[in-house]
This record gives sequence, structure tokens and C-alpha cells, in this order.
Amino acid sequence: MIGLSHYLIVSAIIFSIGLVGVLRRRNLLMLFFATEVMLNAVNIAFAAISHYYNDLTGQMFAFFIIAIAASEVAVGLGILIVLYKKHGSLDLDDLASMRG
Amino acid sequence: MLENFAASLMTVEGFAFYLFSVLTIGLFLVTVMSKNILYSMTSLASGMVLISGFFFILGADFLGVVQLVVYVGAIMALYSFAMMFFDATRDIKEKNTSNALVFVLGGLSALVLVLMFAAPIHSDAIQALYPMHEGVGNAQDVGIVLFTKYLVPFEVAAVMLLVAMIAGIILAGKKMDESLTEDVSADDEIMIVKDEK
Repeated sequence: MIGLSHYLIVSAIIFSIGLVGVLRRRNLLMLFFATEVMLNAVNIAFAAISHYYNDLTGQMFAFFIIAIAASEVAVGLGILIVLYKKHGSLDLDDLASMRG
Repeated sequence: MLENFAASLMTVEGFAFYLFSVLTIGLFLVTVMSKNILYSMTSLASGMVLISGFFFILGADFLGVVQLVVYVGAIMALYSFAMMFFDATRDIKEKNTSNALVFVLGGLSALVLVLMFAAPIHSDAIQALYPMHEGVGNAQDVGIVLFTKYLVPFEVAAVMLLVAMIAGIILAGKKMDESLTEDVSADDEIMIVKDEK
């Protein structure tokens, strides 16, 4: 039988994949993708807990996470386009303009 | 242990769970490791479709549909439109910082994650705040809770989406007539060809 811990383990694995992506990538668009992966992992955990405790609160939180992810992508991509116009690249090391 | 695994593979739910988890983990690994933006974006989109499969198994039908519509429909479309501004077909050259640091940090966070999941909780003491009702569809249940208990956060989220939309338009809309990826010399060549005619 599939229990709550199965879902939590899958969610933790996917979250770690996203975390490794955030730590490893230097391209800003790839950082966004890794963030989406982490948000999705958390959504799985919320939905699983909501199912196994027979409570709707987890699903509600997942809805708001999806809404926040949507607005984050809208603003973030706008900023990425402005950065690309200014610097011609999305590499984090090129954007380190505040290095002393 | 192994018998348990084989028995759960025989049920529909167990088979779907293992299939979806293996596929999503593989696809998200491709997303994180790939050097090509196009590959990583397509694998991210298909991984999100499979995650909505998890929601359907868990009985959260409405959440699964929202995942399909918002994530796969809207967010991935936004990403693919944004990719037209950047040169997406080129491979990304990244200077990877020391791998040892990444693995130490990743290992430490994995340790914290394991400690968090292994921490004892009083699961008996947890009571459902908004319990699901038998015989009522998931969408109906979600709607009732969303429009009574979570009405204010819902409206705030609506305002937040509006603000994000305006911010996106203003940030991306400046100098929209200039091309970002095409180099300017290509335009000159076209002009020269025209002059020769």
C-alpha cells in the first residue's frame, strides 16, 4: 500500500534535485526552472498530507503556491528581459557588478 | 520489503505512483542537468504534467486541473515566449564553481531534510481543520472552503496577480521594437543587398 511517507520521500527527492539545480547552475533562466521544480515538490507534499489527514488546508496552500509561482514568473521574466537588454547575457558571474 | 513493493505494484494506485515518481524524477534531473534551455524547458513541462497525475491519484482533482492549466498552460507558455528573446538554441556555457562545495551544501541540506522528516510528530493530535465531505466532489468542497475561510487571501492573490501582470508588461514592454538576439550587422547586409539592386 502506498502511504504518506512514500509521497514525502518522492517530494524530498524532487526538492533536493531542485536545490542542487539552484546551487549548481549559473544561468538565470535555469535558476528559475530549478525554483519551479522545488515549488512543485512542495505542492506534492501538501497534496499528500491533505489526502492522508483528510483535510483541505493542504490543497488550499498548494493553490496559493501556484498563484505566487505564476506572479513570480511574470515579474521575474520581465526582469530577465531587462537584464538581457542591458548586459547581453544571463550568466550570474557576468552580472556581479557590485563586486568590490 | 520486496514483497511489499511487488504487491503494491500490482494495484493501480501503486503502479501509477511508482511510474509517475520514476518519470518525474528523471525528467526533473534532465531539467537541472541539461545544457540546452529547450531540452530543460520541455522536460520541465512534461514533469509538471506528470505531477498533476500525482494530484489525481491523491483525489485532489481540482488541484490537478489547476496544475495543468496554470503551470503547463500559462507558466510554460510564458517561459517559451521569454525564450524567444534569448538565444535559446545555443548551448549554455557555464563556469561551474567547485563541485565539492555544491556537494557539501547539498549533503548538509539533505541531512536537515532527513532530520525534519524523521522528527517525531504527534500524528494522533492532528485534527482536520476543514475536513473533506463524503459524497461531495472535490471541486465543490474546495470551492466552499476557498470562498468562505480563505476569501481574503484569495482576493489578495488576485490583486497580487494583477500587480505582477502590470509589472511584467512595464518591464518587458520597453523598447519592444528593438531585436535582442539578431545582431545589427545583419540589417546592414540587407540594406547593402537592396542598394546593389
